Amino acid sequence: MSGHSCSLLFPVEEEREYSMADYQGAQARWCPGCGDHSVLTATQRLLAAEQLKPEDTVFVSGIGCSSRFPHYVSSYGFHGIHGRALPVATGIKLHRPDLHVFVVMGDGDCTSIGAAHWLHATRYNVDMVALMLDNNIYGLTKMQTSPTTPKGYRSNTQPMGSYLPALNPIEATLGVTNASFVAQTAEWMPAHLYATLQAAYKHNGFAFVRILQRCPVFTGDIYQDAVRNPEMIQMLEHPDGIEVPDLHQIYKDVNRHDPRNMDAAREMAEKTDRIRVGVFFRDESRPRYEETRHLPLHTTDEKIGILNEELDKYAV
Amino acid sequence: MTTNASATDTATDESRTDIDVEVIRDRVHTVEIVSDSGEGAQKCGQIFGAVSAKMGNGVWTVEIIPAEIQPPARSPAGASGNRIRIGTKEVTNWGDRTNVCVAFNEQVLLARHRLDAIEPGALILVENMWKEHRDEDVRAEWRAAMDELEGCGYRIIEVPMEERCLTVVDDARKGKNMFALGMLAWIFDRDLDLTRDQIAYAFRKKSEEVYEKNVTLLELGYAWAGENLDIRIDIPPGLGGEDMVVMNGNQAVAFGAVAAGMELAAMYPITPATSVSHQLGEIFHKFGGIVHQAEDEIAAAGVAIGASYSGKVAFTITSGPGLALKTEFLGLAIMSEIPLVVVDVQRGGPSTGLPTKVEQSDLLATIFGQPGDAPHVVMAAATIEECFHSMITARRIAETFRTVVIVLSDANLATGVQPFRRPSLDPVWMGSRPDTGPVPESKPPYDWDEDTGLSQRFIPGQPGGMHTVTGLAHDEASHVAYASDINQKSSAMRSRKIAVLNSTMQPPKVNGSDSGDLLIVGWGSTKGAIEEAVETAREQGLSVSSLHLRFLSPLEPGLKEIFQRFGKVMTVEINYSDEPDAPFITAENRRRGQLAWLLRAATLVDVDCWTRVLGEPLRPGVILDVIRSNIAKGGAA
Repeated sequence: MSGHSCSLLFPVEEEREYSMADYQGAQARWCPGCGDHSVLTATQRLLAAEQLKPEDTVFVSGIGCSSRFPHYVSSYGFHGIHGRALPVATGIKLHRPDLHVFVVMGDGDCTSIGAAHWLHATRYNVDMVALMLDNNIYGLTKMQTSPTTPKGYRSNTQPMGSYLPALNPIEATLGVTNASFVAQTAEWMPAHLYATLQAAYKHNGFAFVRILQRCPVFTGDIYQDAVRNPEMIQMLEHPDGIEVPDLHQIYKDVNRHDPRNMDAAREMAEKTDRIRVGVFFRDESRPRYEETRHLPLHTTDEKIGILNEELDKYAV
Repeated sequence: MTTNASATDTATDESRTDIDVEVIRDRVHTVEIVSDSGEGAQKCGQIFGAVSAKMGNGVWTVEIIPAEIQPPARSPAGASGNRIRIGTKEVTNWGDRTNVCVAFNEQVLLARHRLDAIEPGALILVENMWKEHRDEDVRAEWRAAMDELEGCGYRIIEVPMEERCLTVVDDARKGKNMFALGMLAWIFDRDLDLTRDQIAYAFRKKSEEVYEKNVTLLELGYAWAGENLDIRIDIPPGLGGEDMVVMNGNQAVAFGAVAAGMELAAMYPITPATSVSHQLGEIFHKFGGIVHQAEDEIAAAGVAIGASYSGKVAFTITSGPGLALKTEFLGLAIMSEIPLVVVDVQRGGPSTGLPTKVEQSDLLATIFGQPGDAPHVVMAAATIEECFHSMITARRIAETFRTVVIVLSDANLATGVQPFRRPSLDPVWMGSRPDTGPVPESKPPYDWDEDTGLSQRFIPGQPGGMHTVTGLAHDEASHVAYASDINQKSSAMRSRKIAVLNSTMQPPKVNGSDSGDLLIVGWGSTKGAIEEAVETAREQGLSVSSLHLRFLSPLEPGLKEIFQRFGKVMTVEINYSDEPDAPFITAENRRRGQLAWLLRAATLVDVDCWTRVLGEPLRPGVILDVIRSNIAKGGAA
């Protein structure tokens, strides 16, 4: 910690070093055992590792359990309305490309009420990290079926079990034109989660990360087998995606998948034989909307000059 | 103007060689050009209006628009075109009926006739190709139409537009409009050089050849009129001296937004608001501005709010159905005190309603539309000039009061074209970029002043100001708070700001005497028609005045005191109200005009109303009848 004590020797703006504690917001009030805690920790670790200034960082969320996230990070935060985090984040980034923007959504937020925004945000490819914390259920409103609830899984709205096959968010995102980063990870694999978040942050473009997340109250059993049995997990690894060699001891099924290969990515996204984690697809050459639209700003005097020229065309 | 006057003399002399030409001199006159959709009548009308404005005439133009892009040809429902009312002085509304009508077929002419849009004695120039058409059905339709129009006192002149235009172009559908413009230019003695310039501007995106052909057609129409018509109309230009600009209300909104210093507009296409974004699309990038066409109305609101949250105030543009979709987001902006400007260009409703037609039915929805208590500002532009200036006022209020400001316009202002005083641009209008300096230690993001509810806004990038805005109930620190006292206080703080804004306003000025038998209260685009009717009524000795409101929420101060000086107070609006004598209607269950609801609640004065939803602007003559009958009914009591 350099900082205030050195202010006699250095300008006050001297960069200070941020620790994880500097990103600690309000005390998280998720249930004990909720996977969201793990995501919060990994994110704070990333912020510290990347030394992101809290004042230049914005967390945008919708409504739901996971959307409380911004309150628990010491940065600027925007806890908006259900399903609409992505438009708000897009507006922030269009106006202020200098800010680091993270979006935190739940599965209901992203794949149900806000599904249109998910599709279009993927196509806009605005530089931001979009985390979808997928616990396969509506938690805050107490256990209603979500689009990602497995078929046959019982809930308060579908007590005989979910009627339809679960929506596959990775497959859906890969299907969107101009998708540039699509990854999946799991909150019970902290090292993998961290590596994925880091790759998402470093990606130039819209980085969509689906985080498989246990809800200990309503869907504790859905991922139980996968948590207990590492053989159910396949890791997608590549120097252009992520590599987590420390986990090879536990997760022995490692697939050297080139994230530039969209056909292979789609093929793997479709498969249900095991859970695949890692970067499915990544292509930084895709156009970014905010870059395409970015224009130099003008001074007030310049603007008045241009506006008068334009008004001349309508002069009587 | 003087050079034009000499041109007039020359033209008149030439044409008088073989026909005895009658010249009608008038202070105000109305012209309509109607055609099937796609035949360019609107372009003809727009150019005629612009040329007239540039010559120093007062002008008001209204589009006549069918709801479909390509409705069936030769059908009354497909009538498309323009009404242009020109005058010696400023023209503030579209008038009652047209004095001149150019029709490209007899069916669209019938449509206007049946809508009582044509003045008895009007000069009608109608394409005659249908009379001898090879299709017997068409010939029969022509005969039936002429029978219907006979005896209405119109002066109908059959014009071989098709035949003449085919000497220049292969497809006369693409040329009649300029031929018609030529005829009108002769009749109204328009400056041909100005007309050619205006044609060049209208076709600036087309080739030189297109321009040449259009000018040839213009001259052809001018020459035909000179050889065949025996009537000219002289509306002496009486404006001048001041710098003016001429544009429609949506263009004025776009320019106003730029002058207000806003840099991001988010929208989704919706009639009749969309053309604001067309105008911005042409110019905004020159100022570093972005027009974001979002995936839907909701996202448009979200992008604008995200942009506003992180810096300068942004805005979104919509119409009724889109406003309904944005409602939840507007509640969030109000709750979290994020400034935002929303433009609602009203159309007929509810639901899809009358997309291309004027109505003032969104007033209560804009004020009370958000669930929960959501105090914010609603203002309405009354003229095209005010469409421009409202944007500047709205941006400043949104910023100062950290709230949502909804600016109401409507289809009449959006598509109407009128010259107005050229704005003298002021750097102050643009505001300054928000401060990104450090926030004083321990200053909370909602540091509400106990009296005014006002607080300073922090934006991302400001060290020490980190907080999470939320749509949940929150305290000064923006911490989620469900405690009852905090919710009571924060509700009071958000509401107080509106009262503070109200306290900064002056009472509105009464048009006419300060007291009398009847006071007509209006808002929005009806101002010109109401004031013209009031002026005529006063000339006829009736004791009537009018009041026009720009602020609807909060209402302008002093209304009760003004109302008490009149025998009767009533609103005139373009929204629905029950007729007092209709079946089942009582004084208690009567649904009144939307402004009347507000005024009754705010003043406890028994404010009456007269409203219509005919899908067209109000006619001053009709308002005059309303004034007469209400004074006769005992307004003087």
